[in-house]
Amino acid sequence: MTEVGMVETSGIEASTAIEPPPKLAVWKFTSCDGCQLSLLDCEDELLALAQKVDIAYFMEATSRQVAGPYDLSLVEGSITTPDEAERIQQVRRQSRTLVTIGACASAGGIQALRNFADVEEFTRLVYAHPEYISTLSTSTPISAHVPVDFELQGCPINKRQLLEVISAFLHRRQPQIPAHSVCIDCKLQGNVCVMVAHGTPCLGPVTHAGCGALCPGYHRGCYGCYGPKENANTAPLSHWWQTELGADRADLIAGFRNMNAAAPVFLRESLAVENGAATKANPVPEKSAPGPGQNPDAPLGKPGP
Amino acid sequence: MVTPMATEKSPPRILAAADLDLLIQALRSAGYRVVGPVLADQAIVYDEIAGADDLPQGWTDEQEKGFYRLRRRHDPAYFGYAVGPHSWKKYLHPPRRQVWRAHQSNGNLEIELPAEDSQATAFLGVRSCELHAIAIQDRVFLTGRYPNGSYQNRRQKVFTVSVNCTSAAATCFCQSMNTGPAVDLDCDLEMTEIVNAGEHYFLVRSGSDSGEAILKQLPLLPATADQTEGEAAAIDNAVQQMKNGPRSFDSSDLQSLLYRNYDSPAWDQVADRCLSCANCTMACPTCFCTTVEDTTDLSGQHAERWERWDSCFTGDFSHVHGGAIRPGTRSRYRQWLTHKLATWIDQFGSSGCVGCGRCIAWCPVGIDLTEEVKRIRELEQS
Ligand code: SF4
Ligand code: SF4
Ligand code: SF4
Ligand code: SF4
Repeated sequence: MTEVGMVETSGIEASTAIEPPPKLAVWKFTSCDGCQLSLLDCEDELLALAQKVDIAYFMEATSRQVAGPYDLSLVEGSITTPDEAERIQQVRRQSRTLVTIGACASAGGIQALRNFADVEEFTRLVYAHPEYISTLSTSTPISAHVPVDFELQGCPINKRQLLEVISAFLHRRQPQIPAHSVCIDCKLQGNVCVMVAHGTPCLGPVTHAGCGALCPGYHRGCYGCYGPKENANTAPLSHWWQTELGADRADLIAGFRNMNAAAPVFLRESLAVENGAATKANPVPEKSAPGPGQNPDAPLGKPGP
Repeated sequence: MVTPMATEKSPPRILAAADLDLLIQALRSAGYRVVGPVLADQAIVYDEIAGADDLPQGWTDEQEKGFYRLRRRHDPAYFGYAVGPHSWKKYLHPPRRQVWRAHQSNGNLEIELPAEDSQATAFLGVRSCELHAIAIQDRVFLTGRYPNGSYQNRRQKVFTVSVNCTSAAATCFCQSMNTGPAVDLDCDLEMTEIVNAGEHYFLVRSGSDSGEAILKQLPLLPATADQTEGEAAAIDNAVQQMKNGPRSFDSSDLQSLLYRNYDSPAWDQVADRCLSCANCTMACPTCFCTTVEDTTDLSGQHAERWERWDSCFTGDFSHVHGGAIRPGTRSRYRQWLTHKLATWIDQFGSSGCVGCGRCIAWCPVGIDLTEEVKRIRELEQS
């Protein structure tokens, strides 16, 4: 690894002068480009970034391409085609450090909904000539294909967190990206809990922090954009949504089967809720299920037993 | 157990409810930022207030496990609620605080301490359990070998106006923890709000010279014997509500109960239901744990250290080389309950729980500390 930015009590100026700056590459797989845009959105810091790293490959921003190897690769998107499955191997081979950015790269993204269905049927419905489509039957995270050094969760990622990860990389320290619940950030901000005080279903207690508890701050339930938190326990939350907040199983499936549908913890929970169907006289209602907290004026939950 | 002795308070005098604003203005004129209860986002929270109009007059709260709703009262009481999602901890021990920042230029490292918020603050409407919670954090932060100067700086500039509770929420159990509902600790002013049949007034007492100096500026009348008896009866109402409520329990042997039951099956049972989301510790007025986050900017010329609330429910909390010492919810919940009710006594000389019920109401899946204690007891006996 390059020594640039290694914090020492002296000689930092000297070492930056001698060593070439680390090479940064940004790669895109199956994704919406939103996470790369988060990087471009760091307007005030882009100049500072360009001074510290050589932006060697970033097609969204510049057509300049410098050959690998790269010191830091940021990878956006999931693997959904045979070509991508091959290309991620090449990216890994050329990257000293590989960081995935976003829900697609870290969990498979919204396109992992294909994992629950028949992709061939989708292609038949969507394309005039499905025979030209070469696609995998699943959308999988980067970690299913190559070793990943750090996963930055979120749909989209938070640009402050991205800068934090890059700064940490440059200065050889741990990134401050806590894996705790959205609830902690919610409480740090002094928000009134929408579950407890409004009866609005919220995924915050099982969701990884990073957004700054954005939705609860606007009286909405958390949608789980940042994927599962460390040590997430989804079953009792599902139970509470149903028994105390009047949510039905469609609400729960929609909540867990989202941008992070294939994250193992959320996947298990949405399947558990769905499979509860066969045994219970409690069918999944046929309706377009609203996401959590879409109706803050819905009838309030009743007090606990 | 430490039972701090309160200094003798002045005899009670009567402040008409219509004159409550004069008290707030007197505090403001004396240079205090006044913080107290306000309505926000369908709850009663603590925030800065400019006058009596900002108070949640005529509102109360209905609370149960995992449940909180604002309700209209049938009277114009100003302090007719119990405790809400916030506690005074947010002022005395703020959620985030910069500890230092450092800059580097020409090879020199310069470390700067941020200026501490030095604003004198009056807390209006501090309940007895909350005075106990502040006293507990005082012992945590100000006694022992490493007093916390930052906390001390804020703490010494606080003026407390306490309020006796005359009704309790269903989640309250201060009566079981011997921390209320009657104010029994030091404060600058103590008030009891009385609303009945067309009458609305406060009995006020001073507990310090600065408290008395504020009272001197207000139009007060001496309290009659009937009024002091009425006050005692009103506070007794809250005592009876809790005694007859579902959360009344014997707290005298909690320490030995928990020490005998490290391996109780109750811990596995609660681990099935607990989300390890940490809402309980964040809402708790005595939980004091923090972590520090060190960051640098891209240039590497600036670094900052921040302190922020942490919780024994996170994996990072017990992370050492190789992983977390408490990897699962069973050991995390056991740490929380055992610290609150047992090891805290060894550490700081009192329980870490004041019975405010916040952890019960603000647990998003309604886990109730008093029920968990009961379950441990029952499983031990079965
Ligand atoms: S609003 Fe949601 S994120 Fe915030 S504390 Fe409540 S459950 Fe947690
Ligand atoms: S443990 Fe619960 S009831 Fe006890 S002081 Fe903390 S929040 Fe209040
Ligand atoms: S219960 Fe947990 S968060 Fe609260 S003071 Fe104890 S260790 Fe800290
Ligand atoms: S007891 Fe409740 S509030 Fe506390 S961590 Fe568990 S689920 Fe969260």
